[in-house]
Formats: sequence, C-alpha cells, structure tokens
Amino acid sequence: MAIPTNVETTFLLGRLNWDAIPKEPIVMATFAVVAIGGIALVAALTKFKLWGYLWNEWFTSVDHKKIGIMYMILGMIMFVRGFADAVMMRIQQVWAFNGSEGYLNSHHYDQIFTAHGVIMIFFVAMPFVTGLMNYIVPLQIGARDVSFPFLNNFSFWMTVGGAVIVMASLFVGEFAQTGWLAFPPLSGIQASPWVGVDYYIWGLQVAGVGTTLSGINLMVTILKMRAPGMTMMRMPVFTWTSFCTNILIVATFPVLTMTLILLTLDRYIGTNFFTAENGGSPMMYINLIWIWGHPEVYILVLPLFGVYSEVTATFSGKRLFGYTSMVYATVCITILSYLVWLHHFFTMGAGASVNSFFGITTMIISIPTGAKIFNWLFTMYRGRVRFELPMMWTVAFMLTFVIGGMTGVLLAVPPADFVLHNSLFLIAHFHNVIIGGVVFGVFAAINYWWPKAFGFKLNRFWGKVSFWCWVIGFWVAFTPLYVLGLMGVTRRVRVFDDPSLQIWFIIAGIGAFLIACGIGSMFLQFGISIWKRNDPAYRDVTGDPWNGRTLEWSTSSPPPSYNFAFTPVVHGLDAWTDMKAAGAQRPRAPYIPIHMPRYTGSGVILAGLSTILGMAMIWYIWWLAAVSFAGLVGFAIYHTFNYNRDFYVPVNEVESVENARDRALAQGA
Amino acid sequence: MRIPFPLARLTALAPIFLALGACKMEVLKPSGYIAERQKDLLLASTGLMMLIIIPVMVLIVWFSWRYRASNRQATYAPDWDHSTKFELVIWAAPLLIIICLGALTWVGTHLLDPFRPLDRLSASEPAPDQKPLQVEVVALDWKWLFIYPEQGVATVNDLAVPVNREIEFTLTSSTVMNAFYIPAMAGMIYAMPAMETKLHGVFNETGDYQGLASHYSGHGFSGMRFKTHALDEAAFDAWLDETRAAGGTLDRAKYLELEKPSENVKPMSFAQVDPELFDRAVNMCVEQGKMCMAEMAALDKQGGTGLAGTMNTGALTRDASIRRGSGIAVLGSAPFQVNSFCTPEDSEKMFAEMRSTQPVTRNDPAPMRGLALPRPDNRLGIIDMPRIIQDARRDNAVEPKL
Amino acid sequence: MSTVTEIKTASEYWETEPHHHPEGASTSIGFWVYLMSDCLMFAVLFATFGVLRGNLAAGPGPKDLFDLSLVAVNTTMLLLSSITYGFAMLRMGAGDKSGTLRWLAITLFFGLCFLGIELYEFHHMIAEGAGPWRSAFLSSFFALVGTHGLHVTFGSIWLVTLMVQVSKFGLTSANQRRLTCLSLFWHFLDLIWIGVFTVVYLLGVI
Repeated sequence: MAIPTNVETTFLLGRLNWDAIPKEPIVMATFAVVAIGGIALVAALTKFKLWGYLWNEWFTSVDHKKIGIMYMILGMIMFVRGFADAVMMRIQQVWAFNGSEGYLNSHHYDQIFTAHGVIMIFFVAMPFVTGLMNYIVPLQIGARDVSFPFLNNFSFWMTVGGAVIVMASLFVGEFAQTGWLAFPPLSGIQASPWVGVDYYIWGLQVAGVGTTLSGINLMVTILKMRAPGMTMMRMPVFTWTSFCTNILIVATFPVLTMTLILLTLDRYIGTNFFTAENGGSPMMYINLIWIWGHPEVYILVLPLFGVYSEVTATFSGKRLFGYTSMVYATVCITILSYLVWLHHFFTMGAGASVNSFFGITTMIISIPTGAKIFNWLFTMYRGRVRFELPMMWTVAFMLTFVIGGMTGVLLAVPPADFVLHNSLFLIAHFHNVIIGGVVFGVFAAINYWWPKAFGFKLNRFWGKVSFWCWVIGFWVAFTPLYVLGLMGVTRRVRVFDDPSLQIWFIIAGIGAFLIACGIGSMFLQFGISIWKRNDPAYRDVTGDPWNGRTLEWSTSSPPPSYNFAFTPVVHGLDAWTDMKAAGAQRPRAPYIPIHMPRYTGSGVILAGLSTILGMAMIWYIWWLAAVSFAGLVGFAIYHTFNYNRDFYVPVNEVESVENARDRALAQGA
Repeated sequence: MRIPFPLARLTALAPIFLALGACKMEVLKPSGYIAERQKDLLLASTGLMMLIIIPVMVLIVWFSWRYRASNRQATYAPDWDHSTKFELVIWAAPLLIIICLGALTWVGTHLLDPFRPLDRLSASEPAPDQKPLQVEVVALDWKWLFIYPEQGVATVNDLAVPVNREIEFTLTSSTVMNAFYIPAMAGMIYAMPAMETKLHGVFNETGDYQGLASHYSGHGFSGMRFKTHALDEAAFDAWLDETRAAGGTLDRAKYLELEKPSENVKPMSFAQVDPELFDRAVNMCVEQGKMCMAEMAALDKQGGTGLAGTMNTGALTRDASIRRGSGIAVLGSAPFQVNSFCTPEDSEKMFAEMRSTQPVTRNDPAPMRGLALPRPDNRLGIIDMPRIIQDARRDNAVEPKL
Repeated sequence: MSTVTEIKTASEYWETEPHHHPEGASTSIGFWVYLMSDCLMFAVLFATFGVLRGNLAAGPGPKDLFDLSLVAVNTTMLLLSSITYGFAMLRMGAGDKSGTLRWLAITLFFGLCFLGIELYEFHHMIAEGAGPWRSAFLSSFFALVGTHGLHVTFGSIWLVTLMVQVSKFGLTSANQRRLTCLSLFWHFLDLIWIGVFTVVYLLGVI
C-alpha cells in the first residue's frame, strides 16, 4: 500500500492546470461578465477612494448592525447567483424534449442543480437569517452589541470565505455533481474523482465554522445581554425564535462539520466510513447528514416565524395573541426537529415500524406550527390591519405556507412518500415552505426593518410590483411541479422523452420569469428608495415609522453605533409600546462614556487564510495548504497578544449624536 | 363577431388545456393494487388535512378583509391577547387531526411496506398461494439489469411481467445509490451497493408503463429509464420464448463489461444467466478472487483474521478507473481489495445456503381488522401485568422491614 | 407627547446611572457552549465508532492491535496533566505567577508525553498494515482517537501561548480568564479520553 503516484500533480500548483479552466461558452460568458463587473467595481472603488472607507468602516467593523447589513448584502449577491442557476435549469427542462438534449450537458447541468441547492441554503438563506438576527436581536434586547463582537466579524468573513470558494468553482475546475447533500458513494473519491466534491466540502466547512461561532455568539448574547427587566418570557418573539435557532445551530452544525470531515477523510486518505466496501456504510452518512439537515430547515424558518410575529402584531396594532403558546410552540419545534430526520429517506427501507415512528413525529411538528398560524390569525382578529408591504408578505406567507405544510405532512405519510419521494412534488413542497416561509419572511423583514437600518422607507409601488410578481410567479412556477410529481416525474432529470410533460415545464418557466420580474422590481425598489432617500415621503426621522412595539424602534434610525445612549429598562412584553403609553421621554444628559469594542482586521485576515487553505486543499497544493495553515495558527496566536480591544465613546461624542437626533425629531414633528 | 374578452382568452388557451388533459397522472391513476392503495392513502390524508387547511385559509382572507385598517366598523381590541378557549382549540384541532392521520399512517405503513408480501392482488382478489415472480434488479451505471432467476433469463432496461401476479423485486446496486420506481405499479425503493432491498408489487392492467431511476446517481441518470410491459399470461410466456430464442449469455465476465458506465442504453436480453450472478453482485464479489461481503461478515463476527488480515489484500482486479475515472485518495493508500479465503466450491456452497435460507413468508390472506395487519406479535401480550403486580406485592411482603 | 412625566418615567425606563459590565462576563458561558458543540463532534465520532467497530473487513480486530498496558500509561499521562492543571489554577487563584507557570509547564510535559505515546501507537499500527484505510473499524478508530489527539495538540499550543502571555503580562484578569477557559478545555479532553478509553480500548479488548 504505497502512496499513489498516478494523480497528475505538480508541486507548485497541485492538480491545477490549464485544463482545469472550463472553456464552455456559457461559463466563459459568465466569467467575462463577472470579470468586467468586478474590474469596474474595483476601478470605481479606487477612483472614488472608497477602499479605506470600506476597510475602516465596514470590513473591520465589529458593530453588529454593520455586520448584519453585510450578511444581507452577501445573501443578496448569492441569491442572484442561485436564481441564475434556477433559471438555467428551467430553460434546460423546457428545452430538452423530443430528442433534444437541451443546451446543457450532464456535467454542467448536474453542477447547476447541486450549486443551486447549496447556494440557496448555505449562502442565501443562512446569511439572510444570520444577518437579520445580527441586526435585530441586540437592538430588541436593548444591548449595545453582541457578546463577542470580534467573533461576529470573523464569523461573517468565514461565511464570505465559503461563498468565495463555491463561486470560484464556477471559473476554476468544477462544482460537485452530487445533489446538495453529496451522498456517498456518489460523492466518494471513485465516483467523483475531481475537485467538485472538494469544493463542496471546503466551501461548507469554512462557512460552517462561521455559522457555528455566530450561533454560539448570538445564543450567549441573548442569555447574557438582555436589558434589565427583560426576563425570558418578556423577550420579543423574534428574539425567542432567534434563540431557538441558535441553539439548533450550535447543536447541529458540529454534526455537519464532523460528517463532512469523515467524508473528507474518505476522499483524501482513503478511509472507509462511507464506502460500500471494506465495512463502510453509506447509509450512515445519510443518517448523519439529515440529523443536521432536518434541524437546518428549522434553523432557516424559525427566525422568520419571529419576523411574522413582530410584523403581524405591529401592523395589526395589537398585542401578539398567545405569546406564551407561541414561545412553547417554538420550543416544541426546536426539540421535535431532532426526532424526524429519517423522513427524508423512508424509501431506504428501514422497515414499517421505524418509518411510521418518524412519519408520526413529523406530523406532530405540524401541531405547534399550526398553533403558530392560528396565533397570527388571532392577532389579526380584532386588530386594525395596515397592509403595508411587510404585512402583505406576511399574509402571502400564511396562505402559501399552509399549502406547503399540508404537502409536507403528506410526504410524512410513508406510503404516500413512497410514490412522491424524489419527485417534483417533493421539489414543489420544499420550495413551497422555503420560498413561502423563508424568502417571503426575509422580504417582510427587509421592508419592515429597512427604515430602521437606513433611516428611510422603501418605495411602496415597486415593492408591490415585486410582491405580486413573486407571489403569482411562485404559484405559476411550482404548481406545475406538484402536478408533474403526481405524474411520476422525478427530480434532477435533464432530458425527457414524454412530450406531454413539456407544457408543464413551459408554465413553470413562465413562473420563473415572473419571479425574475419580482427580483428585478425589488432591486428597482431598493434603487429608487436609495435615490430618493432624502425625500420627505421616504425619510424617517422618528425612528419608529410603523408604530412599532419592541425596543429597536425606541432608538434613532439608523441607530447610533452604541444603539442606546442609556440602557432601556423593561417592564413587560412590548417594551416600546409601554414606554410610548407611559409617555416616557428619552433621558438627556448627563451622558456617560460608553464602553465599546474596537474594530479589527483580524477577522478578515483569518478568514482569508482559511479560504486560501480550503482552495489549496481542493487543488492538492500541499505547500500552500501548509503555509496557510501555519499562517492561520500563527496569526490567531498573534491576535491573542492584542489586549487592547475596547474603548470608551467619550461623552461629548454621545452628546453630539443625541443632540443631532433631538434636532431631527424636532424638525420632523 | 366580437367574442367577449375573457372568452377569447380562454379559447386561446384551449390547446394548452388539451395538452394538459392528455397527460397521465400515473400516481393518481395507477394500474397496480399497491400504487392504488398508496394513492388512496394520499387522498385520504389530503382530505383529512383539508378539514383544517380550508377553514384556516378562509379565516386568513376573511380576517384580512374584515380587520383592515380602513374598516372602522370592525371591533378593535388592541390589548386582547389571550383566550383560553381559543388556545385550546388551536392546539386541539391540529392534534385531533394528527391523531387520526397518525393512526392511518401506522396501519398504512405496515400494510404497504415494500418488504411485505402482498395480501391481495386487487381489492377483490386475495393473493393466491403461489410463489411470487422473482425479479432481481441491479442498478448499474446507468442502466437497469433485470434477472429472472427462475426463468434463467435477464434483460437490460426492459422489464416484462405478467399481470395479476405478485412480483417480488430483490434489488441492489453496483456502485452508487439509486432508486427503483415504476409509478403505475408501486412506490419506489432504494437500490444500494452491498445491500439488498425488496419491493413487492402487482400489475392489474396490461400495458406499457414507465420505469425509472428516481435517485440521482451521476451523469447518465436521466437516461436510466426502462419500459415495463405488463403482459397477460400467454404474452408473458411468448416473451420468455422470444428472449430465450434471442440468445446471449450473461456470465460474470459479461457482467463486468456491462457494469462499465454507459448512457442511454438500448434494451438487451440474455437467454442464460449465471445463477450466482445476483448474489455476487450484492456481495460485491463478481470479480475473481475478491472476498464476498457475506464471507467478510462471517469472518468479522469471529473477530477478524488477526494481523494476518493485513496481508490479505491485493490490487483491485477491477480497477476503479474503468468505472468512473481515476479517483484515488491522494494522501492514503492505493485502492485495494480484500482477497477471498474461499475456494470456488466453498463459495458455491455459501451462495446455495444463502438462497435456501431466504424466508418464504406469507401473510394470513383472510381479511383482518386493520386490513390484514399482522397481529402485533403478542409483544404486549407477553407482559403479564397481574403477575408482575402479584410478584411485586410478594417481594414487598417478604422484604424485611428496616 | 407630554413632558410632564419626563423626569419620573425616564428613570423608570432607562438606566441613567453608569454601571460597568465586567469585560468578558460572557466568556465562560460562551466557552461552555463551544465545548458542548465540540462534544457533539465527538458524539458523532463515538456513534460512528459504535456503528463501524465490528466491520473489520476481514482484517485485524481490536484484540490484535491494542496494547492495554501502553494505553494505561497513556491514560495516566493525561489524567496527571489534568491534575497538574488543577494545581496551576490553584496557584493562579493565589496570585502566584511563577507557581502557575511551573505547573503549566508540568502539564505541558504530560500532555506531550500523551501525544508522543499516541503517535507511537499510530505509527506502530500503520507499520503493521493496520492503517485507517484497512477497514471501517480502523477508520473510525483513527478518526476518534486522532481527533482527540488533535485537540490535545491544539490545547498544548494554546498552553504554550498562555505561558508566554502570563510570563509577559502577568496574571491579568484577561489572562486569568484565558487560563480558566483552557482549563475547561483541558478537563473536557480528559473526560472525552475516559470515554475513548472505555468504549474503544476496554470494550474492544475485553
């Protein structure tokens, strides 16, 4: 058993060589666009001398608000990439009929559906969710930052590092062609010998470190940094759902990390964890990955349940109905989400009793989820519902999500799953809950908290256009998939031979086009709003444009770097509503110096080194891997020698910020 | 003549509706009893959930309309946030539905378990006391191999079965995971390397049906489809004769050649099959000299082969590169295989034994409560509560008081 | 809005008095949470080992490979290092910088001994042809024990770093906090090792 030598590698570049650059026209065109765009961006930043500003004010920032915004921007960028993948799949499936192979070969198409899933979950939904939690949670609990501000910055840059690795696969080498969970033996070294799966592994590992650390960070923040008087049962619902989400992150991402490490060992040193031979068990991988994977979907959706709760209460002008049952429902879901993973592979043949156990536990989750829907419903009951954009998204969510929930319960019935598993019905189901639940929620949240983050509201007209395109487009795109699933059409198919299916794919393609219009309108909405940000119709000086109920609305929009000049004291649920009802005025001087963390570039450097390490491992460039690893350890140690990590915002600075706010308020009144 | 606008639009859509009508909803209109029952369960569950989904959707729309901000007539109770009655309903209503659905699921899952031999061939016809037709299925890269062990023939990407006869599929895969699915007959089941799964099904109507791979398995996945011909008895016999007449032998060497990746493979047939072939495929020992999984498991049970076991490896006789490329774990050992200790006679005996010990079970065909669900093995009945209580009392009485 | 209630309510709804949040107040709970997440990684490895321990691929089994007396020595090293770390913490509590450093050095010594013995064991097994690729059992063995070993390695690097920092900056509150975290980490590894020793070695050989 000697070290194999027939993998063609060079010392300097490993297995990276000219052949590794894909020369397909689609990829080349994409590369050209990205390269031109990138060069233009770099040139613009250089021309307007913005590098220093970006570095000093954003990249090195440990301010949870700025990090939150950067997460959202990352999510948006990756969303465009993930959606482009979706459109390419839709076009291929419309095209590849009547003997046509379509325009994508299997090597390309299989990468696209894998990348679509990976990007949408890990680099769109996760950054969105983490970004929202980062921005909102400290404000809602009356804190000045998270518990570990530097770690927060580092987590963000690790997520970016993962995204960079995944994006690099588009232009250098290939991405995995395994489906988004990379089941072995298909993802093993024999069936997937080249760099695709390695890109997948290292992309997820680098990002996964960030996610786990950010989970720990936010969890501790919620436990330790709440304002005086805010007991657990006085926390806003969004904070509660974030808390449960972060518990889930901390308690599941290590499983993903370790599972991927084992897969890495199989691929790099030939161990037999998940091989079919020499005692390995591919089924174990599937179990392990879904032990992470099922809680993951709740990681995604729970914070948005919180968003809907905040939005419904605010725009109904009413206290949230059944706060306690909402909290318990969230906790139930958190716990139950660990007991259902096997429903992702009933068809593996685990036996009737095991299958029905997991089927029934899955159905049980629908009880607390149903209770939540009812709670929102009864919050609207006897309210004064203002149909602003966030509320529109919320109602659309409720109508969409109940259908997705229903088809989900259907799939939880094992015999029904036997005919629907891996079919387009399944695809329609999880897009129904993820788009209907997570994406709609993110849009509700963006429309809701945008004024808080930037001090001006979003354009309503283009918001509505976007809303209707999205909602209608969603149903036009995914209803055909439900139908196709019932016709026995399965997922990940590239070429079809039954011509009667084509019409459904055409309809789905039209839906995708409508969604594209929705995305376009949304960017237009952002653009117009930013353009007109000083227009009185957009500008918000009150800091509380929606008549909000929770503490984030008690400070200015955008909040000062220290969030609150004085820490708020909480006497009940809906702390800000209480303050407003009591007519409590924000205290003025004497201000006190505020203790804040110092910005640092260490996070960027550490994450950059990790990314280089990942790329070196993917391409078998061992010297670079060794150097970057040593650099990583060395720099981490160097970083610990910096004891000077915080400072005090001086009184006169606090004073000038607060006085500016007074002037703005007076002007607006 | 001016056609009213909406009507004009509808007529324009007519071809689309025609096209939509032409499609076959195979899951909702199956041709086999098992798929039929699975569909029934699907519809019943949908119906049950509609009981709550529809009222909720109506309420969402109604409340949105009724309590819109501009409707000043509607009651406004900004501090109303709790009602025990409502809370009870919102937890209890879904709970009740899930209890019903759970019961349905438990029974349905047991009855429709793919491993379970059929109780009936159709709603009206109990399964006769006849051995099911055996079909052994191997998912290859990227085509399906069907072996008919009793008839001694084999086909690739083409499956013919008699109608109204139970079929027992025994499945495995040569390299990666796959799933075997004939929507018109029954649900899918995974086919996995070094594993054996089972699927029982029956066709009630003659015809040609689509069969497919429903678990992504690599580049040739899309073309991994086959036609299933459900034939009447005579036609099936004729098909067998035809297949035998067409000739061709599938032995181990031919299998290894067949196993190499290929896409969009046209149907083929073989008049003769090595009877050990499927067992060897499951045991990953089609190649000469490689240790079968069964032998390995038996040795492992004895605690392995000691340090001698480190010597018992050799280079792969079937190079991985032939299969999928040249993947080698770059930092570890070269790919190797464990060599067999068995002589050909030994392994022949082993396979014979494996086949003979395959359980032949048949459920009680008489209709039972819970539709032929086997009695739960008396596991609960074993526990004799009165005796346990009695024993406990006696023990307590005997125990000396401290 | 009325301004009449301003002064009264402001003090009810905002904390106007300066009060100091002790720096790093959340660190210990944060580190605990991290340890729990690390514990889950080991849980996966233990589960994997549990599933695969019997899959020898007709190769050598635990009885053929493990030398219990060597492992016993190794275990002693790690347990001793935990005790000496405890002494270091006691010295830290007493504000005795050089005592702390002395005990940390002894801890490091035992930790390195542990690593040395483990490396020797690994090397011996691989040389015998029982490398991690030979069977699923060996894969899971090397992964579990190796991951623990890697943790000890990082713990040792961290220990050296802290020794330098303590000797340079003294037993400042930040350094005390760091020493406490490392102490948690070190004892945690000890705990994991007891699991490894029981599940892998004892249950394997007996």
